[in-house]
Amino acid sequence: MSRALPADLVCIVAVERVTEYLEDAQTPEERTEFEEHLVTCPGCVIYLRQVRAQIAASAVLGDPQPPPEEVTRKLLDLFRASRGG
Amino acid sequence: MSASAPEVRAVVQDSPMVEALRAGDERAFLELVGQLHGAMVRFARGFVGTDAAAEDVVQDAWAAVLEGIDRFEGRSALRSWIFGIVANLARTRAIREARSVPFSALVADDAEPAVDPSEFLPPSHPRWAGHWAQYPEPWPESQLLAQETLARIRDAIERLPPAQRSVLQLRDVEGWSSQEVCEAFSLSGINQRVLLHRARSRVRREIARHVQGRKT
Repeated sequence: MSRALPADLVCIVAVERVTEYLEDAQTPEERTEFEEHLVTCPGCVIYLRQVRAQIAASAVLGDPQPPPEEVTRKLLDLFRASRGG
Repeated sequence: MSASAPEVRAVVQDSPMVEALRAGDERAFLELVGQLHGAMVRFARGFVGTDAAAEDVVQDAWAAVLEGIDRFEGRSALRSWIFGIVANLARTRAIREARSVPFSALVADDAEPAVDPSEFLPPSHPRWAGHWAQYPEPWPESQLLAQETLARIRDAIERLPPAQRSVLQLRDVEGWSSQEVCEAFSLSGINQRVLLHRARSRVRREIARHVQGRKT
């Protein structure tokens, strides 16, 4: 019955602190409070995992693709012109 | 124009690239284009109506970069400076297309909770007010990385308000540091975090809807 512990941080507040937590922008006290909440709250643990998974999935969208050759050629012309070439 | 500003502070890591560009090193330029061009187009696309317009904006941005590189003082990282230029040009273009919202005005408004309050027990609950009414469901990784879900995430990002979208794209899609994003958009650390928080929360709600919708 870990839920019977005094709950300083409630979930509805904790979810608003997830970004600060991930950004490491909390004071040590806030961080401790947040992490203590996680220990007693499986729901917020799942939530935090969701956000981390979302960030990982977003990164997949960013895989770099080289620009088309035509664009590269145009940019190279631009570069040569800018360098007085 | 003189390059001898009194407080020139080159970002150490960038200076070989900056020097190479100034010296007309084509290989260095192509390397930079390879690193940044795709991300610049994705970024500009968030402001303007078409892929072609985004390409235009980015070409103009490269021209401005090459024109300004001799005066670049390294007060910010090179790519922060470049994306600041893209943001300016893209916004100008978007105003012409009449689909722009001012960037700076977007931090304070539209505050909304990260999670719909109905997912928590009401304040009237005798014991567990503000706790999850039902725990969120774990997301299977395979489903999150499925093409269909990724497409949903991309759509959700595109529909974000411009400031949120810009921050989220550079942080989560392109993997920038918060400092670089602050430099690119002249944002304070707090405002950057607020925008990132709102943006991630919105996108998360869309994913949750999608993942849950698939199961029922």
